[in-house]
Amino acid sequence: MHDKTLTELAAGLQAGEFSSRELCQAALDRIEHLDGELNSFITVTAEQALANADAADRAREAGDAGPLAGLPLALKDIFCTQGVRTSCGSKMLDDFVSPYDASVVEKLRQAGAVNLGKTNMDEFAMGSSNESSFYGPVKNPWDLSAVPGGSSGGSAAAVAAGLVPAALGTDTGGSIRQPAAFCGITGLKPTYGRVSRYGMVAFASSLDQGGPLARSAADCALLLEAIAGHDVRDSTSVARVVPDYTAELDTPLTGLKIGLPKEYFGDGLDPEVETAVREAIKVYESLGAKVCEVSLPHTHLAIPAYYVIAPAEASSNLSRFDGVRFGHRCDDPTNLEDLYKRTRAEGFGEEVKRRILIGTHTLSEGFFDAYYLKAQQVRRLIRQDFLDAFDEVDVLMGPTAPTPAFDLGAQKDPVSMYLQDIYTIAVNLAGIPGISVPAGFAGNRPVGLQVLAPHFAEAQLLGVAHQFQQATDWHLKRPAFGKETA
Amino acid sequence: MAIEHADVLRAAHLARVGLSDDEATGYVDDLSRILEMVDQLQAVDTQGITPLAHPLDATQRLRPDEVTEHSQRERFQACAPATEDGLYLVPRVVE
Repeated sequence: MHDKTLTELAAGLQAGEFSSRELCQAALDRIEHLDGELNSFITVTAEQALANADAADRAREAGDAGPLAGLPLALKDIFCTQGVRTSCGSKMLDDFVSPYDASVVEKLRQAGAVNLGKTNMDEFAMGSSNESSFYGPVKNPWDLSAVPGGSSGGSAAAVAAGLVPAALGTDTGGSIRQPAAFCGITGLKPTYGRVSRYGMVAFASSLDQGGPLARSAADCALLLEAIAGHDVRDSTSVARVVPDYTAELDTPLTGLKIGLPKEYFGDGLDPEVETAVREAIKVYESLGAKVCEVSLPHTHLAIPAYYVIAPAEASSNLSRFDGVRFGHRCDDPTNLEDLYKRTRAEGFGEEVKRRILIGTHTLSEGFFDAYYLKAQQVRRLIRQDFLDAFDEVDVLMGPTAPTPAFDLGAQKDPVSMYLQDIYTIAVNLAGIPGISVPAGFAGNRPVGLQVLAPHFAEAQLLGVAHQFQQATDWHLKRPAFGKETA
Repeated sequence: MAIEHADVLRAAHLARVGLSDDEATGYVDDLSRILEMVDQLQAVDTQGITPLAHPLDATQRLRPDEVTEHSQRERFQACAPATEDGLYLVPRVVE
């Protein structure tokens, strides 16, 4: 059962082959047997999940089943869940029980999905390896000595190991796509504003976007359909009709114009990753697509611009963690200043502090114009690169990450860790959607193909990914880890 | 633009993150390398380019001036470290 896609499981439930309780119990058993080693979950909500599974079974009997009725899922621990700890991977929120649900959590519940728990992540989503979590690193099911990627590393590892068929993550600079690539699964970052950010702990508000990690593009379509849409509680959520994301899955690729950004195939790209990605592009050519080279000339400025904008926004967003209204509080503060300073010194980890300090510095008097405004100007140039490219081609393709998953503990220097996100970060700055699909292996570690489309072209993007998955079986490969466990 | 020990302490103070002198020294190298990487931005001519704050250039929506929230003080204070009579408790601010 753990090998099946969400789409297959939905059909099985519908046909009465198994109940949601059986399905969810099997997944919970697998989590119990295997997650001690993986560490992909921070909190497992077994009791609540089984009650919700029973409710889904009853709803189905009554002929009142939602589109995701009875399907088990997991949520990155950045989504607020009422009555359940929402830690964001941080000591700061280790005992924070949210008083409300995120909009996407409400939507998934309305669709009938059963949440099994909250997945591990880099602290406050700041990282590319899941090693900055207060709850310890997550292992990559394909190779337990490798990282799963980050920051949605727990979600990606849990799906790859067959603990859950799908999970939600968030992507600020690649945090859905890069772990999807590292773990050999499919991960979609929607257009900025497509999915409500209400109740999603804010990291960088002009970049953050929630989305699905799953076993196929078709499963991502199913999930996006459930979570997308306008929300008055998120002022940046876009008031635009949610199309049928499954509608274009079967659209043939004949005549599709694919652009290969030459900057995405340059220095620093692992040769085995490049080979796998070029092979994937050949598959597209065989399916009738036309391929040409394009240029995104400001690509080299994406990481510099991001490391001004994201820390600046983070330093502002994270000012709410003050030890007064929720979260960690230091013992015996002598005065208010001491309360703030010690609470934040104790509650935040190294990487979070580094980004708060950089953000505070670049926003401070005398530096604001040179850093923040400059970065926002460059951001416009980066977005324009994509708009110009999409005048010529329908989609862009390249590697999701420059290397396969690296070893746990291998990236010691923050700047070299940041460079991992070289192909994903510009996408967040531009606000366009992107998907990572499994496209082969480098040694025993998966390689992801990234496909990018214009703003709000998720239906097309999902179709382009789905057609690849109809022609290849990379997305059906499963790691040896946990294979013997029922 | 390099960052110096005093800049780190200043940022830490502005951000209300407690940092000892020694800890600040530990951040000088890391933050300098990050800023060095960021300094590539300075080489770009951005004259006349409007800063992009929102990827869709959206502006804030307005809504009718009506009360939509009701008081949920107890519920929201249930997760607070210390409250009394509906107020958040902090160390004495005014002597």
